[in-house]
Amino acid sequence: MENLGTIGTTEEQIELMDVATNFCRDKSPIDKVRGLIDDELGYDPGIWKEIGELGWLAIAIPEAHDGVGLSMAEVVPIAEQMGRNLMSTPFGSTTVAAQALLAGGSEAQQAEWLPKIAAGTAATLALREANGDWDLVNIDATAVESGGTVTLSGKKQLVLWADSAELIIASVKMDGAVRFALIERAKLGDGALRRETVIDETARSYELTLDGVTLSADALFDASRTRETLEKIELAAGLIHSAEMTGGAQAVIDYTLEYLKTRKQFGKIIGSYQALKHPTVNNYVEYEKARTHLYSAAHSWGEQGRGEVAVRMAAAQSHSSYSTSADRAIQFHGGFGFTHDCDAQLHRRKAILSGALIGDAAYQRSKLAGLLFD
Amino acid sequence: MAEKPSAAELKDYAGQADAWFKENTVRDPGFMLPLTFMEVSTDEQFDFLRDWQRKVYEAGYLGASWPKEYGGGGLHSEYQRAATRAMKKYDAPIMINAIGNGWAGPLILDLGSEEQKQKYIKPMLSAEDIWCQGFSEPENGSDLGNAQLKAVKDGDEYVLNGSKIWTSLGDRAKYMILLARTDFDAPNKYAGLSFFLNPMDVDGITTSRIKKLTGEYGFVQTFFTDARISADCLFGGEGNGWSMAMKTLEYERGAKVKPVGGYFVKELDVMEIVELAKNSVRNGKPLLDDPVMRDKMTQYMIDIQALNLNNTRRRMPQLMQDRPMGLPLMNKLARTELIRELTEFSLAFQGTKAGYYVGDENAVDDGYWHRSYLNSFSATIGGGTSEIQRNIVAEHALGLPKTR
Repeated sequence: MENLGTIGTTEEQIELMDVATNFCRDKSPIDKVRGLIDDELGYDPGIWKEIGELGWLAIAIPEAHDGVGLSMAEVVPIAEQMGRNLMSTPFGSTTVAAQALLAGGSEAQQAEWLPKIAAGTAATLALREANGDWDLVNIDATAVESGGTVTLSGKKQLVLWADSAELIIASVKMDGAVRFALIERAKLGDGALRRETVIDETARSYELTLDGVTLSADALFDASRTRETLEKIELAAGLIHSAEMTGGAQAVIDYTLEYLKTRKQFGKIIGSYQALKHPTVNNYVEYEKARTHLYSAAHSWGEQGRGEVAVRMAAAQSHSSYSTSADRAIQFHGGFGFTHDCDAQLHRRKAILSGALIGDAAYQRSKLAGLLFD
Repeated sequence: MAEKPSAAELKDYAGQADAWFKENTVRDPGFMLPLTFMEVSTDEQFDFLRDWQRKVYEAGYLGASWPKEYGGGGLHSEYQRAATRAMKKYDAPIMINAIGNGWAGPLILDLGSEEQKQKYIKPMLSAEDIWCQGFSEPENGSDLGNAQLKAVKDGDEYVLNGSKIWTSLGDRAKYMILLARTDFDAPNKYAGLSFFLNPMDVDGITTSRIKKLTGEYGFVQTFFTDARISADCLFGGEGNGWSMAMKTLEYERGAKVKPVGGYFVKELDVMEIVELAKNSVRNGKPLLDDPVMRDKMTQYMIDIQALNLNNTRRRMPQLMQDRPMGLPLMNKLARTELIRELTEFSLAFQGTKAGYYVGDENAVDDGYWHRSYLNSFSATIGGGTSEIQRNIVAEHALGLPKTR
């Protein structure tokens, strides 16, 4: 089969893995994660500033736009460690928005926004709507152009970190075709953003009402770039979320192991019981498969055909692995697992949100089947 | 140490190997060829595979990186890898002498005396001497450390009494690597075990064939009744049997002794299953239009791709930092269970034809899939059951306490 991914690493990727492992562990201890649940912003602005200063938002942006000029492959270990430490920030949404700009933005749009993002400005995407469909072209929001001015209408949902983002890239339909509109958040009217209650309490998400938003016509991506932009968004978001979910799966398995090694019942450490041991091994095997797929997806990301197969395999495997590992983590913690204090629920909830954002494992498989068998 | 070849030298060698296997590989001798060394049932299968191994060895494509003074090729391991790639490319038959070349040989090369190396290695490579393994006993399978076959020292001999079971090629082997109990008063069950390079052609050793669930033969029960073997057959010293047995398992990873090359088990080609699925029909439509079958097949593709890539990732320490032993230890469990599931799944494609078996002209691919499914249990049970494998991964990779 020609379009299966391969696996490999780059030196920069491994260096970043080492740095990110320490950074995320040190800056995102679990008490801090829990403290941020009730914080309106949802992340530590000081840490967000550090992430900008480290240049992590610039990694996959070309040098011509003040970026580092590497690729999404080098972003993967960072997102993985963030997921592992439940470090929630606008990092993922900003990275995917930058990829959308690279795929669909004009020279002028890229020149305006990419250097800002590279320097630490947050951005996000507004793609989802009330129909709940993962198909990015099944949307109802519209744009109408008249005399050089574009007027938007409709509602977008699950717009991550919208109150922090200076730039929101929204998908709309104009004359029946999907287009992307660049919206400066500062220019939105009061009440355009409503904070949503999402299942992952460490994330921040907003509903965006587009009605009445007006833009100049040059704030749209060119119609000829729509297909590439859609593809790039799906792949970049798939890769980032796969990385976060893979890191999360590792964390929740380690968290469960810690309990299995210390909790005693019937006079024995419960990790010695095969009823707990064997399913934990199964979860670990699935996690390692997810990590293999993740680094294959990172490595194959830029290759036509192979990239999509590899990313969707990573997304399918990481979503099912993270979901199952977190589900079993709740169960294996017994009564404590049923409490909000047990970290298992943080992971279980995060896996559900990630699947909702990019398409769950079954959806990824349905897309893969077409790529593999038809 | 053999010198690492230049790119040009390697390419030249690989070209020769390619040409040799292209010319000499027989894929259909007119009867069904075993997919693993555990499935050698008939004389014609055995004779064919033994001849094949000898031919490959004599051409220099097996044991190419084993020491020259004992019958190997003395070359760098890159050469052997190139030869094995050529074997795979032409879908060449398996190497039959698995226990010899994969287990006993590396152990002897690593820890054996000069005399032992001279005596055993070359005839093992040429398949003149077939080897088998005597570890499991009727009453001690997964609890291998509790093996009870008795070896009592009597002068310069050991007297053996007891029985070993599931011995692949046991009725055709010249030697057996044997785990036996020499001390019944040892402080723990492991300390009483010793390891022998046991000749099979002595009085008091008999074998009885066991019919497998497939209906074929391929392994035996071996009975030892006052069988006398020379004390020279003891390997590694009295009381070191367990560590010798465990060492044989380590050689698979090739850290100490270069792998002999070739393969003892044919890898399942997933594309054959995809092809089978594509050629199957359900409700008058292609099987892969059925959403349930389509989803399952896709999940298996994800699984297979992960395990194939794991083989590469295992050699990338930068992606193995957190649990370096994780992938090597889980490989047997993950691979054998997946093959069992996949071959079972392949029966589901066949509709009414799933009812046929090897020997009927209506059977799909001569019953290959049915036979593969039933034989797949040899790998999920043999060499440590999947349940034991999960204990191993849990205890040695994840640090969970032992099950008692």
